[in-house]
Amino acid sequence: MSAILEVRDLTHVYGAGTPFERTALDRVSLSIEKGEILGVIGHTGSGKSTLIQHLNGLLRPSAGEVLLNGKPVWDEKGKCDRSVRFRVGLVFQYPEYQLFEETIAKDIAFGPKNMGLSDQETAERVREAMAFVGLGAGLAEKSPFALSGGQKRRVAIAGVIAMRPEVLVLDEPTAGLDPAGRNEILYEIRQYHEETGATVLIVSHSMEDTARMADRMLVMNQAKVMLLDKPEAVFAQAEELTAAGLDVPEITKVFMELRRRGIPVNPAVFTVEQAAAELRRVKQAGRGSEPDGEVKKEC
Amino acid sequence: MLKDVTIGQFFPGKSIIHRLDPRVKLVLILALIIALFLAEGVVSYALMIGFLLVIIKVSGIPFRMVVKGLKPILFIICFTAVLNLFYTPGEYIWQYGFLHISREGIFVAVKMVLRIMLLIIGTSMLTYTTSPIQLTDGLERLLSPLKRFHAPVHELSMMMSIALRFIPTLIEETEKIMSAQKARGADFETGGIIQRAKALIPILVPLFISAFRRADELAVAMECRLYRGDVGRTRMKQLKITPLDCAAIAVSFSIFLTVAVLGQAFGL
Repeated sequence: MSAILEVRDLTHVYGAGTPFERTALDRVSLSIEKGEILGVIGHTGSGKSTLIQHLNGLLRPSAGEVLLNGKPVWDEKGKCDRSVRFRVGLVFQYPEYQLFEETIAKDIAFGPKNMGLSDQETAERVREAMAFVGLGAGLAEKSPFALSGGQKRRVAIAGVIAMRPEVLVLDEPTAGLDPAGRNEILYEIRQYHEETGATVLIVSHSMEDTARMADRMLVMNQAKVMLLDKPEAVFAQAEELTAAGLDVPEITKVFMELRRRGIPVNPAVFTVEQAAAELRRVKQAGRGSEPDGEVKKEC
Repeated sequence: MLKDVTIGQFFPGKSIIHRLDPRVKLVLILALIIALFLAEGVVSYALMIGFLLVIIKVSGIPFRMVVKGLKPILFIICFTAVLNLFYTPGEYIWQYGFLHISREGIFVAVKMVLRIMLLIIGTSMLTYTTSPIQLTDGLERLLSPLKRFHAPVHELSMMMSIALRFIPTLIEETEKIMSAQKARGADFETGGIIQRAKALIPILVPLFISAFRRADELAVAMECRLYRGDVGRTRMKQLKITPLDCAAIAVSFSIFLTVAVLGQAFGL
């Protein structure tokens, strides 16, 4: 695997020289592998939203640089090539508030049109993007404002997918959705990842969503990278995460508590399947000697 | 960018200027504006400039911010300067074709530019050092005698405080929408005027929709807390005139009076 995006010593300061000056990113370095799903988690104000806006050149670094396929996003002359925006597709938080066109199809076509694609190619992309997010073709000529919140959000995500970005970045794609809507959106994102092989970044402040599907997790804390590793390795440090004010998945919390009560389980679990396997392992290892009854009850 | 618009912004602080009663500040600003129009010559202008410099210094607002506040009206300043420079009749000292500059023209141009700049700086010092709530509170109290004539003073000041309160929110929202549309390749910087105007549609439509949504939500929230206007409404923070306010009034008015006398009676 090779790095598709490389961030080197990236620093970003908001409102430099005013009483509101704030360092949102402090010498952040990391590399994002081609084709991976990277979960980005962190507190409000930890710098994750600032970080992702550098990836497609929306923000200009105060210091340091971002490389896309080895080429700097901002060149020496201080210019940012617009094609970067099409290659790194960014879906903002609550993207449903950015819809503006009369019909859903037109709204989704906004990105492809800006790329200068032909009408035919654009129509093709719109159809494809709508299929990815599970919007029926019958909706194409409807007004986006007539849809429900969850459907509006899918239209907005389709608007970015229609550009066929190599890297798809989503900022809190599931915020404010009910569990069913959340699962659907995450499923559709995974679908896009599998079918196109695109690199996907999912920003979230809750770990549950991302832990399940991410290949690696990036934990941001106070404008710095705190951890960047596989989910198991990240949750192995559950206590440090809690200390940093981050929420760990419920199931991990249960296992941390079990361990605190003297049951020799490994707390680095974050799905129910893993939890079941871990319990089985512990049960077999210490058959008879440990209070199995309590384990079962707590699950 | 939009964030550079500092007119009407409030910089929290604890300086003497921040602590003044908003009513006093409002009255003083009005007096300052009148004084600016009464100032005539070098001496009275120097006094006004000195006065504002002291205020800026005492308030602790970075001087750079104050200058930045002038940026949006740069065009008006330049326009005024050019107009006055070329169209004031008098003793011509430079001529080229139909263009001519007179000695008086230079003087008038400098005066007008200074006047506009001081006006903007003075009034922005008011908003820099007074929170929107204080400002509208002060305004409502100042205008409260008009209630006798059934003027909707409370409603107007409530409208004003809501409007002021939402300026930063809407600016933030605009920036968010702009970023989002830019992420889809929208281009606001190139093209002719028609193309640029068209490029604004993807920003304006979502912005209007969200503004209406916010207005609706706010109205519901206000009604849920049984807001029903002025009658019987009390305040947590009562405005009180302190010795500090009296001192500020005394000092400022003596300076303004000096300026007026110097400017009008002696033409200095």
